[in-house]
Amino acid sequence: MPESLVNLLYIISSMIFVFGLKMLGKADTARKGNRISAIGMLLAIVTALASDNLIHWPWIVVGLAAGSVIGALAARLVAMTSMPELVALFNGLGGIASLLVGWVEFQRLYSAGALADTPWNDLVIIGVTVLIGGVTFTGSIIAWGKLSGKMSSRPILYGGQQVVNGFVVILILAAILLVSLGRPLLGPENLLPFLTPYTVLIVLGALSLILGVMVVIPIGGGDMPVVISLLNAYSGMAACAAGFVIKNNVLIVSGALVGSSGVILTNIMCKAMNRSLANVLFSGFGSGGGARQGAAFTGEAKPVSIEDAYPILEAAQNILIVPGYGMAVAQAQHAVQELASLLKENGAEVNFGIHPVAGRMPGHMNVLLAEANVPYDQLREMDDVNPTIEMVDVALVIGANDVVNPAARSDEGSPLYGMPVINVDKAHTVIVFKRSLNPGFAGVDNPLFFGENTRMLFGDARTSIQGLVTEFKG
Amino acid sequence: MGIMLLFVLVLATFLGFELITKVPSQLHTPLMSGSNAISGITIVGALISLLGTWNVQDDILRTVLGTCAVMFATINVVGGYLVTDRMLGMFTGGKK
Repeated sequence: MPESLVNLLYIISSMIFVFGLKMLGKADTARKGNRISAIGMLLAIVTALASDNLIHWPWIVVGLAAGSVIGALAARLVAMTSMPELVALFNGLGGIASLLVGWVEFQRLYSAGALADTPWNDLVIIGVTVLIGGVTFTGSIIAWGKLSGKMSSRPILYGGQQVVNGFVVILILAAILLVSLGRPLLGPENLLPFLTPYTVLIVLGALSLILGVMVVIPIGGGDMPVVISLLNAYSGMAACAAGFVIKNNVLIVSGALVGSSGVILTNIMCKAMNRSLANVLFSGFGSGGGARQGAAFTGEAKPVSIEDAYPILEAAQNILIVPGYGMAVAQAQHAVQELASLLKENGAEVNFGIHPVAGRMPGHMNVLLAEANVPYDQLREMDDVNPTIEMVDVALVIGANDVVNPAARSDEGSPLYGMPVINVDKAHTVIVFKRSLNPGFAGVDNPLFFGENTRMLFGDARTSIQGLVTEFKG
Repeated sequence: MGIMLLFVLVLATFLGFELITKVPSQLHTPLMSGSNAISGITIVGALISLLGTWNVQDDILRTVLGTCAVMFATINVVGGYLVTDRMLGMFTGGKK
């Protein structure tokens, strides 16, 4: 195919991505937008295949076939509750693919003996691609480990962490500089004969992988919505850098689109917690030890049994359900949906109050409740429910903690202070479904549990809610 | 050439910021996984690395790296689009 036609088709697929992404941001058109964007991807792939000699097609077929089978199986078989870690994993694979694209171009130049004649900026870009791709890969793998419970979601902190990270960054910059020379530092007879561009590139790759691990381990589970959307932005930037390596516009445009939309989403998440991105990335929030504890408060939690909770709910006219990560852990979304529809049949108005950072990824609660067939006009955003929360007879807090902590509003000493929360404590009655009185992820005590109008329903959320459902049916 | 690519990058970045401003929270996850699938566009780079006439025996490393890149990017693309579609299907299902 002539080069001009190839480029024209790349432009068309870039345009399709723009339309697809725009539609993906609106509820009515989102699914269509995703399919349109898939068509753009198919066009880009077909165009790439038609752009040059396909003599090595068996290798291409192997890669495409293996990837398609694995990707399709993962997307079909994985449970909706495991969605955050699956997205993290896909994200990481995109990062490693970009890293490999950078490396393979370097390998091509190396085996053609053209490294020394390659302009320095081309080599810098290869280095940058390896860097971003590597950080995206291991960062996403660590996020996957934390989200799937394969490793502790607590932040891992140690003394001098920032110094060590800074040192790694300096080494990485030095490595990129050395790679950009395209030849050993001091000529063929240099003092350090092992410092060839190729060995430096390998070291650069290894350092980037290490950096990805080090920047994500100090971030706790509750901050994962921010990290996941940031890593998503990184994977776009990695693709973008790979586009500079092979001088391809469709990679640059699509990578930049993903990068900027990822930054916007990251920003939304940070705002929802009233914290800066730097604070999320570096503070080790939720480690308990580092965070300043809020003012001590006194009071006694008032437990309630399922039998006693039933009449409260039975009499309620206006009910607000506030789910959190605990609902996902207990897999309680179907039971919650059943209870909500029974309450509705009973004549009550039932709404769900969704905090933007409830759960472990942006929009986590919406996905789970949609899976359980909760109609989405019942899903209300925080700013939507807070103004009328005094009218709520009963607020059901299911596995949520920090996002309903009134100390964020009132206690300047609390680490959560300033974070917008759903003000369930202002409802007439609050029933909290919780295993125990342990503080939430942030390690901060929650005065809500000791409030005058709060009743604690201790136990597994799903079992408790199923118990209430049985009461209603009986 | 390089400066033209930079030009494209800057414009596309601005376009991206303009494109998505206010997103309802129910779309946060689909937007993330859908744009994640788009970042699999690096598959084009991976495919191109395996195109052209060169001898596989002379450069087995290039072949292996390229094939791995194609496979990883394909998982990202295929898995990303399918899982986003599955999620958005549930949203419309709940509407009825």
